[in-house]
Amino acid sequence: MVEIERHTIAVLVDNEPGVLARVIGLFSGRGYNIESLTVAEVDRANGLSRITIVTTGTPMIIEQIKAQLSRLVPVHKIRDLTDEGPFVEREMALIKIAGKGDARIESLRLADIFRARVVDSTTESFVFEMTGSSEKLNAFINLMEPLGLVEISRTGAVAISRGAASF
Amino acid sequence: MAAEPLSGADIVIKALVDQGVDVVFGYPGGAVLPIYDSLFKQNSLRHILVRHEQGAVHAAEGYARSTGRVGVVLVTSGPGATNAVTGLTDALMDSVPVVCLTGQVPTHLIGNDAFQEADTTGITRPCTKHNYLVKDVRELARMLHEAFYVAKSGRPGPVVVDLPKDVLFAPGPYTPPEEVRHKSYRPQLRPDPVRISQAVEMIARAKRPLFYGGGGLINSGPEACARFAELVRLTDAPCTLTLMGLGALPASDPHFLGMVGMHGTYEANLAMHGCDLMVAVGSRFDDRVTGRLNAFSPGSKKIHIDIDPSSINKNVRVDLPIIGDVGEALSAILAEGAASLHCADSAARSEWWRAIDKWRARDCLRYDRGRRDLIKPQYAIERLYEFTRDRDVYITTEVGQHQMWAAQFFKFDEPNRWMTSGGLGTMGYGLPAAMGVQIAHPEALVIDIAGEASVLMNIQEMSTIAQYRLPVKVFILNNQYMGMVRQWQELLHGGRYSESYTAALPDFVKLADAFGAVGRRVEDPAKLDDAIREMLDTHSAFILDVAVDPAENCFPMIPSGAAHNEMLLGPEDEAEKPVSEEGMVLV
Ligand SMILES: Cc1cc2nc3c(=O)[nH]c(=O)nc-3n(C[C@H](O)[C@H](O)[C@H](O)COP(=O)(O)OP(=O)(O)OC[C@H]3O[C@@H](n4cnc5c(N)ncnc54)[C@H](O)[C@@H]3O)c2cc1C
Ligand SMILES: Cc1ncc(C[n+]2csc(CCOP(=O)(O)OP(=O)(O)O)c2C)c(N)n1
Ligand SMILES: [Mg+2]
Repeated sequence: MVEIERHTIAVLVDNEPGVLARVIGLFSGRGYNIESLTVAEVDRANGLSRITIVTTGTPMIIEQIKAQLSRLVPVHKIRDLTDEGPFVEREMALIKIAGKGDARIESLRLADIFRARVVDSTTESFVFEMTGSSEKLNAFINLMEPLGLVEISRTGAVAISRGAASF
Repeated sequence: MAAEPLSGADIVIKALVDQGVDVVFGYPGGAVLPIYDSLFKQNSLRHILVRHEQGAVHAAEGYARSTGRVGVVLVTSGPGATNAVTGLTDALMDSVPVVCLTGQVPTHLIGNDAFQEADTTGITRPCTKHNYLVKDVRELARMLHEAFYVAKSGRPGPVVVDLPKDVLFAPGPYTPPEEVRHKSYRPQLRPDPVRISQAVEMIARAKRPLFYGGGGLINSGPEACARFAELVRLTDAPCTLTLMGLGALPASDPHFLGMVGMHGTYEANLAMHGCDLMVAVGSRFDDRVTGRLNAFSPGSKKIHIDIDPSSINKNVRVDLPIIGDVGEALSAILAEGAASLHCADSAARSEWWRAIDKWRARDCLRYDRGRRDLIKPQYAIERLYEFTRDRDVYITTEVGQHQMWAAQFFKFDEPNRWMTSGGLGTMGYGLPAAMGVQIAHPEALVIDIAGEASVLMNIQEMSTIAQYRLPVKVFILNNQYMGMVRQWQELLHGGRYSESYTAALPDFVKLADAFGAVGRRVEDPAKLDDAIREMLDTHSAFILDVAVDPAENCFPMIPSGAAHNEMLLGPEDEAEKPVSEEGMVLV
């Protein structure tokens, strides 16, 4: 059995129409997995956007994914953060809890432990904002499940390498 | 420099001329009328009016593949663009440089389900190397020049430029090609010198080397093919070629083992199975070539020279990847290895050649030559080859058994002489491709080796051939079946020939006549030579309908899911080696 690996890949692209469709079409057309994908412009002067993709596959598939991405014409650079040493990966989630009574109090207590912030509250709901690793978000969400969890919105992971080196 | 303002349509024409384009294959419609108007007013570009947009793209492919230049297509919005999609996909799979200009509804109507609107950039995104939607006339010239640059640089491919009608009317500035530089796209051409040294060392040390050349050699050009032949001869190593690589090494060279793969020769496939070093040069380890992957050339180290990193380690793990242009890489290997490459272990090399000669002695392409009542398709191609070998000949094919027999029995001593649809396997490719080749080489002999089923898929192009008086020859191996389908049904589906027989085929002689061409039919082997002679002596378009043995199968064959050393050599093997269950699900 070949091992399935999880990789976080950063892609610097021209911010032009259709570029995201190209990347997503590549993944769906070739049957690659996307765990998450985020995109936003990062360099207005040069019109560059950064896409962060978390994907899984065998080492040979991961290599193909990188080769296929680099072959897209508007792609400037790609970095496999997982391969290239230590990196920081963060995700943000907005989590809505509805209910009254003990569960509500308990959710607040847990949010405190997890350092989630309350960004909206009514007498029968909270919206928590939480940033951290995807695992940490998962753990928090699991705990909220029995406490009136009604809705989740997550950004997907963004990531950057540690140290002074840049893209 | 204050450029004179031109209309978008004039900019299109000017950009094409500045790119050195001399021919455009196209079909008009509402959205591209401004371009047709500009075409009307100039004399530098020739427009070839096809009869179906798919034909335009294949014609451009034939033009491109036979000249090494970019083929250009012009079609209208909506159905014009969607009709071009098969051709674009074909060009993508076979790495053919094509620029296809598509009309589009005016920018303010995009997204409105306007008349003849299609999401052309959306539809063609996965079947082009790149595409553009020009929303501003100020971007037009740049995007057009970029399209040519992208189509021909690195691994070539098709590029679509979608042109909304208002942009074609709008006045705008023109930017000449010299002033356009793509922001990011710079394929690596120069190979890493360290890897070149490693390659030289591996080749010098190999006891049983094999060169496995492909379409990348044709893409790189005749120079690269010459370097390739030089290296093969210098090392005295055997060499096989893929379907797309035929002609990269002269077929008459004694080092050539014939084509590799599913319908390749016994000697080429066994050499691939048994070599200790495989040097893949511009070839991409396609499934038609490798057979069952876990049994593919188990004892060899592999060097892979390719311009596209995504071709490397895609199907087969290689030991030494070299990214770059094959021409550059081969020159570097030759320069570095001039002294060391030919002094390889000569005893081992002779032993390797002895093994190969034994495989060659199996004469795997033999067929029943004794039939007096029926024309064997292989025989028909052998005769065609004999009559044309000394002429300036270009061959295109359709898809099926006839294509494989052409690959096996027609010998190509030069690159760019063989145009076939390999990756997509598009029936209907050959006739329009021949048309494009003939436009590029008006004096040459251009023959479409066709199947009777395939040729009907773009038969309307006979009308284009008539309009431009192109002397294209159509050599139909008429077995009344979709022979390749029938062969698979025989091997895999118990001989249940479901829908693979074509009833009510047209009378190809009358069909030729209707299109202003000459048509003949030949059924008797004794009359074949005369028929071929008449075809070659006729200065107009010609359809020769050759009635061939309807039951003949194409051998050798490595059935899907089988390994190189599990090849079927002839009908006698079919029963002995039934196709495995895993093989059944493969195509
Ligand atoms: C009915 C049928 C049967 C077939 N049977 C066979 C068969 O028996 N044997 C066979 O071989 N094929 C067969 N094919 C064709 C097969 O499907 C593939 O199209 C073919 O094998 C691919 O050829 P290739 O490896 O040369 O690659 P191509 O598709 O020609 O690709 C070229 C490669 O070279 C690279 N390249 C391009 N330009 C350069 C450059 N300048 N420098 C370096 N690299 C470059 C590209 O990146 C690519 O990897 C068959 C097709 C059909 C329709
Ligand atoms: C557009 C298209 N449709 C279907 C196929 C599947 N196919 C491959 S070969 C073949 C039969 C071709 O028949 P013919 O042109 O008579 O050639 P033969 O095999 O008989 O020489 C078919 C249907 C294809 N390759 N292309
Ligand atoms: Mg047929």
